[in-house]
Amino acid sequence: MPTKTTFVIAVATGLTWSIGVHAQETVKVGVILPYSGPFADAANQLDAGIKLYMQQNGNMVDGKTIEIVRKDTGGPAPDVAKRLAQELVVRDGVDIIAGFALTPEALGAADVATQAKKLMVVMNAATSVVTEKSPYIVRTSVTIPQVNYAFGKWAFEKGGVKQAYTLVADYGPGHDAEKSFAQGFTEAGGSIIGADKTPVANPDFSAFVQRVKDANPEAVYIFVPGGGQPAAIGKALSERGLTPPATRIFGQGELTHPEALESMGANALGIVTTFHYTLEREEPLNNAFVAAYREANNGRSPDLFSIGGYDGMHLIYEALKKTNGDVSGDALVEAAKGMAWDSPRGPISIDPETRDIVQNVYIREVQEVDGTLQNVIIDTIEGVKDPLHGANN
Amino acid sequence: MTGNLLIVLFDGLAFGMLLFVLSVGLSVTLGLMNFVNLGHGAFGMLGGYLALVVTREAGLSFFVALPAAFVGAAVVGIACERTLFRRLYRSGELNQVLFTVGLVFVATSIATFLFGTGQQPIQIPDMLRGWVEIGGLRFGIYRIFLIVVALVVTAALVFGLEFTRFGAKVRAAVDNQRVAQGLGIDVDTIFAITFALGCGLAGLGGALAIEIVGLDPTFAIHYLIYVLIVVAVGGLGSIGGSFVAAALLGIADVAGKYFVPELGSFLIYLLMVGVLFWRPLGLFGKR
Amino acid sequence: MSDPSANNTGLDGARAWIMRQGRWSPFEVAFWLAVFIPFFFFPTYLTLASQIAIAALFVLSVDLILGYAGIITLGHAMFFGLGAYAAGLLTKTGWGEPLTGLLISGAFVALVGFLVSFIIVRVQHLALLMITLGLGLLTMELANSMSWLTGGTDGLQGVSVWPIFGTFDYDLWGYTAYSYTLIVLFIGVLIARRIVNSAFGLSLRGIRENLNRMPAIGAPHQRRLQVIYTISAGMAGVAGALLTQTTSQVALDVLSFQRSADVVVMLILGGTGRLYGGIIGAIIFMVARDQLAGINPQYWYFWIGILLMIVVLVMPKGILGFLAQIWERVRR
Repeated sequence: MPTKTTFVIAVATGLTWSIGVHAQETVKVGVILPYSGPFADAANQLDAGIKLYMQQNGNMVDGKTIEIVRKDTGGPAPDVAKRLAQELVVRDGVDIIAGFALTPEALGAADVATQAKKLMVVMNAATSVVTEKSPYIVRTSVTIPQVNYAFGKWAFEKGGVKQAYTLVADYGPGHDAEKSFAQGFTEAGGSIIGADKTPVANPDFSAFVQRVKDANPEAVYIFVPGGGQPAAIGKALSERGLTPPATRIFGQGELTHPEALESMGANALGIVTTFHYTLEREEPLNNAFVAAYREANNGRSPDLFSIGGYDGMHLIYEALKKTNGDVSGDALVEAAKGMAWDSPRGPISIDPETRDIVQNVYIREVQEVDGTLQNVIIDTIEGVKDPLHGANN
Repeated sequence: MTGNLLIVLFDGLAFGMLLFVLSVGLSVTLGLMNFVNLGHGAFGMLGGYLALVVTREAGLSFFVALPAAFVGAAVVGIACERTLFRRLYRSGELNQVLFTVGLVFVATSIATFLFGTGQQPIQIPDMLRGWVEIGGLRFGIYRIFLIVVALVVTAALVFGLEFTRFGAKVRAAVDNQRVAQGLGIDVDTIFAITFALGCGLAGLGGALAIEIVGLDPTFAIHYLIYVLIVVAVGGLGSIGGSFVAAALLGIADVAGKYFVPELGSFLIYLLMVGVLFWRPLGLFGKR
Repeated sequence: MSDPSANNTGLDGARAWIMRQGRWSPFEVAFWLAVFIPFFFFPTYLTLASQIAIAALFVLSVDLILGYAGIITLGHAMFFGLGAYAAGLLTKTGWGEPLTGLLISGAFVALVGFLVSFIIVRVQHLALLMITLGLGLLTMELANSMSWLTGGTDGLQGVSVWPIFGTFDYDLWGYTAYSYTLIVLFIGVLIARRIVNSAFGLSLRGIRENLNRMPAIGAPHQRRLQVIYTISAGMAGVAGALLTQTTSQVALDVLSFQRSADVVVMLILGGTGRLYGGIIGAIIFMVARDQLAGINPQYWYFWIGILLMIVVLVMPKGILGFLAQIWERVRR
């Protein structure tokens, strides 16, 4: 008799306990982004990607509710990012930290991921070294060398350009872009005939563009941060008569984002850019993504930040399914390694060795399609890895 | 080579003129009322967004948007002056700094709320696009337009201040507020009108700036630094000073970047520190 | 100020007055007891508390020059940032001991501050504001362009600070960080009290009130301003070094205009020339920011802006000045 009662109690408590687990347990994801300040737009777009994914896929995974805790760093502030990561772990009890639009903030929080053994999903920060800072980091965005090294090779081999001038913004990402484009380009046999760096804060490009014109290169490679600068430099180039086909213009995808194209007008025709995500790529998955995104965001189109956030959430959802709800950092990182899926940007996977993203790099040219300017894909380089990982060792 | 130099200088001048329109209002209000308005950039931003609404939502021409930006910013400026700023004229520059910084924060949030965080392109008329070719050199039409606007503004301001009754009162109030008041000049009203004028010019500058530098909610803070540099280098309360300072900064910055690109980001600050160390009151400042 | 008898008894009276000013008030004691509250009641806020303590030390350094000597600045992040980079670079040379690191960084920045002070004391008003702003921005551009040394935009990598006294390592909760920064802040306040309540401190206030009259009564102002500017720079450098040591992060934002502006905002918010005004301002600004950003990460700026405007309209002498006025009224 007593044994039976004990058994019943044990079963009952066991049941309620397990029901309790399924009914109440939430998986908390702390998202750290610069929601205010100069990079608010990046945060905003990335967050919209996260929201869209959750809207489409529900907030339940494997019987657990996904809860997002948002934290603002207010600009590039690694010390704040680190503090927020610490607070998310000790106060909010999050299971996963995510977000990170900016490299210094991702680097700042990396120590916390290691110390707390939490999965850290980097949804944008695009410097190669980020994933090497903690074994718990997985990246779902892009690295600058990834798209630009391949592009440099392409420019010589298929673009038919023998010499080029580089003009990049004078900060970390700009330096990375300059270096990796030049490396790919010169390794293929091209030569760089001049290189200038433009101040990040000072927006008048005319002097630099004139220097490019004086050098009279076959092509100019440009990297500037997104926002207002692409349109400004595009206009400065056309005022100087530096337009394709006389002078080829190369750049990373930000250069020809939709608002920039609208502002540059016909002067943008013929600019060739490299990117991992192309808004106009004709493919059912992407078309659906773009349509849903625009509907949720007042007609605004998704960009690289949006897709990073969207795929980041996909990775979190799938990893949780794979671990059957085990939220420990080690289990989740193991689950994420080697994961492969079809994203709106094309087929992507997580390199099991570097935990970094492997994806297609698209070469696009600005063309007029149905009366609007678009980035039309003219070539695809498949399954590109970041060329720098392991290079330092 | 000289042609290249000429075109670089032209571009620098045009950029300087943009800075001039943005900042001349602050120079006058600072000189006249000793009111440290760090919210000046916010009025520029306001003008920018007004121009955007006029061209995009109302579908009107850019040439309508410019005066609309001026009037709109002036009206909001005078409203702020009458309700808020006038309480601060006597409360010390530190409180003015704190208050107007608060204003910038609020303005930035409102802009984000209404227009989102993204960049806003503006549609300018086709006649302002492109360039004219003179002697094999291409001069951007929009830049020529900027220079013309700045010259018109300067002429109007100089004429208004030097040759009208109102201008004489303003000059009297700047030189000595107490005596002016004693002579029966309504300094209070003069303050308000001048303030509105300053804000209106900032609004005009903001509308003109979109085509060159773009517009987003960080505009108010980002361009504040350039505005302050022009005002300080030119000297408080001096329209001619602001004009010369803006032209000098624009040209020196562009020419410097052209010849010594490695110093690109340092030039404008080096120039400012140098000038102010040599002449703490600015090039044309009197006090 | 309140005791007229102090004014008519000559040098001894003055000395006694200064001594009396330097006494610990009950409010100060209460404040230093209150700083222990986070340990017991808000243990999950200790990291924030440590960063508030760092900001408070930074504000204190600005109060010494702005509040007491009337040197207005929009570029003090220059010294904060140099201290942060000095502390970071020091650990990369292989010497990660924090206490000596703090002293070395502070001394280095004080030296820079001394050199800069030759420029600073020769200008006033708007020119002073703009020159400090310009020097701050130039330093930031310099750090950006010297990315081989500073790591540029990505930040300095490989900063590793040894545990304090070889035993207390920097934990996730922030116990070590808060204890450490609190002790340094306390020492900073001790030094600052000592300075402002000395004859030297009084002469600074004289300079603030009337720059031209002080030399006439035998107190040349330039040398004195240079001394206080150097001390202030050193203190700001120590604050920056603390940030590096407790977070093991240094990036360009330590030198940013934003940081220079924020520190002045915190100081005016709390009340200038009161030592604790800046500290209270730092606490209110950062706690408000943290809480408001927690509620709405995108629009918290709006409420901070409203807060600043209301404080100016309602409390023109800052929050602490306002409280002091109320206290005066209650006591009478």
